[in-house]
Amino acid sequence: MSELIELTNLCKSYDSRFLAVNNVNLKLPKGKIIGLLGPNGSGKTTLIKMLTGVLQPTSGEILIDGKPVGVESKAKVAYLPDRTYLSGGETIRQIIDFFKDFYADFSVERAEAMLQTLNIDLDKKVRTLSKGTKEKVQLILVMSRQADLYVLDEPIAGVDPAARDYILRTILDNYNPEATVLISTHLISDIEQVLDEVIFMRYGQLVLYTAVDNIREKYGKSVDAYFREVFSC
Amino acid sequence: MAWELDSDRPIYLQLVERIQMQIIAGYYPPGGKLPSVREMALNVAVNPNTMQKAYVELERVGLIVTNRTNGRTVTEDEELLTGIRKKMASEETEYFIRKLKELGFSNEDIENLIHEVIEGEGKDE
Repeated sequence: MSELIELTNLCKSYDSRFLAVNNVNLKLPKGKIIGLLGPNGSGKTTLIKMLTGVLQPTSGEILIDGKPVGVESKAKVAYLPDRTYLSGGETIRQIIDFFKDFYADFSVERAEAMLQTLNIDLDKKVRTLSKGTKEKVQLILVMSRQADLYVLDEPIAGVDPAARDYILRTILDNYNPEATVLISTHLISDIEQVLDEVIFMRYGQLVLYTAVDNIREKYGKSVDAYFREVFSC
Repeated sequence: MAWELDSDRPIYLQLVERIQMQIIAGYYPPGGKLPSVREMALNVAVNPNTMQKAYVELERVGLIVTNRTNGRTVTEDEELLTGIRKKMASEETEYFIRKLKELGFSNEDIENLIHEVIEGEGKDE
């Protein structure tokens, strides 16, 4: 199995006393849907930001498809951040044009088809959309790219259960056997069925990386139940 | 439509059981074509890799046959299908008997009960 992501002794500290990501070593393959799970403050978003080049590691190395994070890797990584970055004054159509110019792998047809299914008006300004609709639009923009790696930071937190199902379906529908999807979330039971593998993090460290069915086989528990046990307060 | 899956057992095993049931029940008839892994995964809202694993397992037991040109089809081996049907029926029966024994029924009680229920069903119709 060829590796898509390779993390070696990866560390990040925001101040000198505390490591937000603490010596993580991890290899992730192509063609998997992987859940990045952990309690608040466990380093999930920091890890994601380093993968996507938003933050620089304090030490250690990240390789994506054998290359360091940079212009080349960003062209192949589709990233949904944990907060919105769309400016309010533009219409969805204008943003689609912008994405088309910006990313060579962006499919306008795909984006428009998905927006249509969800009855989202392309001529509306972002500012006029509800929080949940904004999240849907952003996810659609990200999933409309033909990337090697999709990194989704809390993609389903703010949307209603029906739209949640649609979003998971979107992820499965656009799933390409060569691409890997990394999803960070707290809503484990909602997405468990679509995951191949899970990563558990705590205090910036890697606790566990295994297949979903391994957890079920070994402990007779869902990932959600196992998570609650491992991280019980 | 998404399938309701138990949260405490491996997903691929549950997919194997469901598809096996659908084949035995004739939803997918002998020699009939099965949806592709991708279609099936989307239909029931599970990961395609998990569905692939389930298909591989069903191939291993011989319920599914892969043709290079025609995709995957249900086996036409009636003997195999009958064998699996019988095995599933035995398992259900064993489960039922175990439950009744927990309730304090003897073998004779169980036999009587089965006769009563079967006859009662006839009357209702």
